[in-house]
Amino acid sequence: MSSETLIAVSKLSRYYGKFCALREVSFEVKRGQVLGFLGPNGAGKTTTMQLITGTLAPSAGEITVAGYDLLEQPLQAKAALGYLPEQPPLYRDMLVSEYLRFCAELHQVPRAEINKAVNYAAGRCGLGEVFSRLIGNLSKGYQQRVGIAQAIIHNPAVVILDEPTVGLDPIQIREIRNLIRELGEDHSVILSTHILPEVQAVCNHVQIIKNGALVLNDTIDGLLAQMQSNSLQIGLRRLPTDLQGFAQLLGVESVEMIDAQHLRIGHSAAHNPAEAIAEYAVTQGLGLFELRPEQRSLEQIFVDLTCTEPEVMEEVA
Amino acid sequence: MWSIAKRELQALFLSPLAWSILAVVQIILGLVFAVRVSMFLEPDFQAQLSQVANPPGITSLIAGHVYVWASIVFMLVTPLLTMRVVSEERRNKTLALLISAPVSMTQIILGKYLALLIFFGIMASVISLMPLSLLVGGALDMGQLFSGFLGLLLLTAAFAAIGLYISTLTAHPTVAAISTFGSLLLLWMIDWAGGSEEQSGLLGYLSLTNHYQMFLKGLLSTSDAFYYLLLISLFLILSIQRLDADRI
Repeated sequence: MSSETLIAVSKLSRYYGKFCALREVSFEVKRGQVLGFLGPNGAGKTTTMQLITGTLAPSAGEITVAGYDLLEQPLQAKAALGYLPEQPPLYRDMLVSEYLRFCAELHQVPRAEINKAVNYAAGRCGLGEVFSRLIGNLSKGYQQRVGIAQAIIHNPAVVILDEPTVGLDPIQIREIRNLIRELGEDHSVILSTHILPEVQAVCNHVQIIKNGALVLNDTIDGLLAQMQSNSLQIGLRRLPTDLQGFAQLLGVESVEMIDAQHLRIGHSAAHNPAEAIAEYAVTQGLGLFELRPEQRSLEQIFVDLTCTEPEVMEEVA
Repeated sequence: MWSIAKRELQALFLSPLAWSILAVVQIILGLVFAVRVSMFLEPDFQAQLSQVANPPGITSLIAGHVYVWASIVFMLVTPLLTMRVVSEERRNKTLALLISAPVSMTQIILGKYLALLIFFGIMASVISLMPLSLLVGGALDMGQLFSGFLGLLLLTAAFAAIGLYISTLTAHPTVAAISTFGSLLLLWMIDWAGGSEEQSGLLGYLSLTNHYQMFLKGLLSTSDAFYYLLLISLFLILSIQRLDADRI
């Protein structure tokens, strides 16, 4: 895995009239990264993708794809891109094979290699059975797969997928996720989605965007570390009336009652008091039946980051 | 560019639209041709002709007539062919595929225009077979026939460029069709207000028909050809600009 930067976006802004959809966003994607792009509706995910693929012109800022400036050398930059828009760009009156062939030609795959490219893309996306059927007659899931095949047919360095698993059944979703993971090994992949587990499943980088500004840009590992919060949840059959006993254990910083049988115990990062709590609970005969570290889910982080009230909005502005 | 043109033609010929247009045009013009030929063969008509000092030849009378009708029928048909070219792509969101591909806007527009030209070329060639069939029973003024054919091509090329531009303006093929038809008709009759004389100046120059008449007479003048080329490039450039403006 080389660390060559394939996409570099700096201070990218986009206005629709006076409405600012994207404000000075900067990030980089390296080869071998699968970047998950998250955000609530209207946050600017699709706009960012359209800007990177050149289907929208930026109001300000620079985009470099595979070393080519998108505005200065659009053709070279676009040749390194594969793009699946939100709505797959399919010609309903063409056969799958014809369509893929057309896409290969459009992306300047050398004539001698077109057949190979078409078969490769069709094979990768599981299109063998529908290869000679009319696109208009395919189910939504298959159409989506044709759209993905179209995006990878010319073996681009960068693959950009806008909500690629919409409308697929669970088995197909798994296949597509595997495909994306495989693609991520030797390409850069940017994918936008609102399915949070998907990000955890396939991405190694995460960006969360809100109101046109990046609010989080981290690796999945970093995010997982953030998700480890310093608290334990314990369940006791016979809750003591006095909680002081817990508070005196080493490392415990706070004790909070959740309901009649559960306590939340906050602890310092240095000392995890789980063992001490268990011993204490046993010696006191409290009927310990549950003891688990609390984890913030990705969903919680997402909600925390995107649903905070206006003061963050001002900070962004 | 070629692959875009190829796909466009493919789409055209896969739909019944192209075939029915070819069929309808051929039937109408075939009828025009047959009626004209049978009229030409009437003894009365021959007698009338012999009275004229410098009678028009068979080429003007028959081929010219067919070409005049062809131009009218093509004007009616152009909007149907050009309406979906860009607007349908916009409607089906397939434009993103072309724009994100390594082809320039110019190539996209030219590819699509090329496909239209090839289709109109086929249509005009098939029409021209009818006057050519007269060679079986007589001689034709080939120069005049060729000039007429060229005129028809240039005229329809101008129609197509206008239609293509209007198609880039909207996402609704029907709107494109109606506006195209209106614009073509307007350009067709723009000099009517100027009186019957040829001296109607600017309006006369703008009229699509005036220039076509010259070609039909067998007069190949660069100024007439230039008029069409100017019109074509103007609308192609406008189309490219329009598509480019989509991104902004």
